Amino acid sequence: MSQWESISAIAKKVQSSVFRAQSLVEQSLRTIEVRSDYRAIIATTDKRARERAAEIDSRITHGERVGRLAGVPFIAKDNFLAFGANTTAASNMLKNFDTPYQASAIERLEAEGAICVAKANLDAFAHGSSTENSDFFTTLNPHDKTRVPGGSSGGSAAAVILDMVPFALGTDTGGSIRLPAAFCGAVGYKPTYGLVSRSGVVAMSSSTDVIGPLTRNVDDAALVLDVIAGRDPLDSTTIERDPESYVHDKLLNIQNKEIGVIKEYMEDGLDSGVKEQIQNSVAKLKKAGAKINEVSLPSLPLALAVYYIICPAEVSSNLSRYDGQRFGYNYKAAKDLDESYIKSRSIGFGTEAKRRIMIGTHVLTSGYYDAYYKRAQIVRTKLINEMNSVFKKVDFLLGPTAPTTAFKIGANIADPLKMYLTDIMTVGANLTGVPAISLPVGSSQGLPVGLQLMAPQRHDRQLLQMAKTTEEVLA
Amino acid sequence: MAKLTRNDVLKLAKLAYLDLSSEEVEQFREELGEILDYVAQLQAVDIGTLEPTSQVTGLTNVTRLDEIIDYGVNRDDLLKNVPYIEAGQIKVKRVLA
Repeated sequence: MSQWESISAIAKKVQSSVFRAQSLVEQSLRTIEVRSDYRAIIATTDKRARERAAEIDSRITHGERVGRLAGVPFIAKDNFLAFGANTTAASNMLKNFDTPYQASAIERLEAEGAICVAKANLDAFAHGSSTENSDFFTTLNPHDKTRVPGGSSGGSAAAVILDMVPFALGTDTGGSIRLPAAFCGAVGYKPTYGLVSRSGVVAMSSSTDVIGPLTRNVDDAALVLDVIAGRDPLDSTTIERDPESYVHDKLLNIQNKEIGVIKEYMEDGLDSGVKEQIQNSVAKLKKAGAKINEVSLPSLPLALAVYYIICPAEVSSNLSRYDGQRFGYNYKAAKDLDESYIKSRSIGFGTEAKRRIMIGTHVLTSGYYDAYYKRAQIVRTKLINEMNSVFKKVDFLLGPTAPTTAFKIGANIADPLKMYLTDIMTVGANLTGVPAISLPVGSSQGLPVGLQLMAPQRHDRQLLQMAKTTEEVLA
Repeated sequence: MAKLTRNDVLKLAKLAYLDLSSEEVEQFREELGEILDYVAQLQAVDIGTLEPTSQVTGLTNVTRLDEIIDYGVNRDDLLKNVPYIEAGQIKVKRVLA
């Protein structure tokens, strides 16, 4: 049982002075301290969190408005700019980066009274599926300390399941919210591409990066999304939000809904324990009246190959800004500017960042550009077309979030391609821009299993209602 | 196509402004080869006359008025991570040795 009630219940009790924001922050900081052996956290923002809590409590005393998330503590992945600590992206490159302003998502949460208490661990620059690529340390899975929490938002997922906070923020470029949610047993929501502003978040792969919440239940995820969604003048890729709330009071009438089980995700390579849990869930949804059919997206098995061209290409471009001159690690003993650039980058970046820069540079090199990068972009179009046509037949897609449960620490780290394959069931949603959610649906040999649901682009409201209904049906 | 030589790796490192140790060169030569072999499966796909996708929002030419907006961030905040500053300017090492 969690020590936290639902986010809306906590906020209501703070608004009506049943809870004090200051006590909630202390409770959160205490849990972070007690559970520090899981290494989910890079730094707390304790001083600022305590000041903000005191301010919120005082405003309540004076009868002022405190917002829909009043006093609710949360943790941000450490690639979000948030005051109160450095923003490191778990990298040696940004280890001493003194946060100059805040991410729009953090600003919007603060405007509704939420309080950031800590920054969570990740694979450095969000490159990875396990947090083992963090330049600082690996986070341990809350269910088994010998296993990874998934990544790259592994610290955020572990923090929620370790009960440190009611919610955490993550980023999802190829599955980095959904995968750790699945491995840790959390709800992980990846919105439609563009729905949440990325201003103030360390860029990875700009055509697929999205921001979203990790929570214990669907209502909490919907409420956080409702606060952070929508156009932002600081991020020109943002789209209009739904005029209606993303939080649903009512369940979906699933008798009228068609759900497509993705054939390609249920085939070879799927762990039998994961498959069993997914099939159980499908059986329960069927019993509840949903119309369920198997559907095929023939290009979906190619999504990972497309992703591992497009993502490193965009990574190599985005990481070119780290030249040691304006921010980030600077090599002091350089004799000239070129040496300063080269040494700052070579010492500041870890192995995975260098690996992705190298792949990205290769696929963008003239002579290879058409064969790799342009072809990947075209296959991406093919995938989008297939996704669009399947969504003419079904309302939602369903499948596992990952082919396995959480793997052992060290199991994949020496084999980058094997590590990349962890994302095989999540990258499809990123390349096509559709919203997707991972829901915890039981366990296999004591480890959580994640069920993934997807909907057409901009159908976030519908997806969250379907997810809430699924949660209820499976409870 | 995917077989890389040490020279290929060194050339890429130079383009990317990275100075790799000889172990890293060998490691990346092997790993990049494997990754490129994996992504080579796209070569067999029938792409017909499809156009490339570079973004998925459908938004084009997002503009705003050319006016100064105060975001509450000042110049000093933005310069506080710069390693060398002189007279409010970013100072870099000499360009010509």
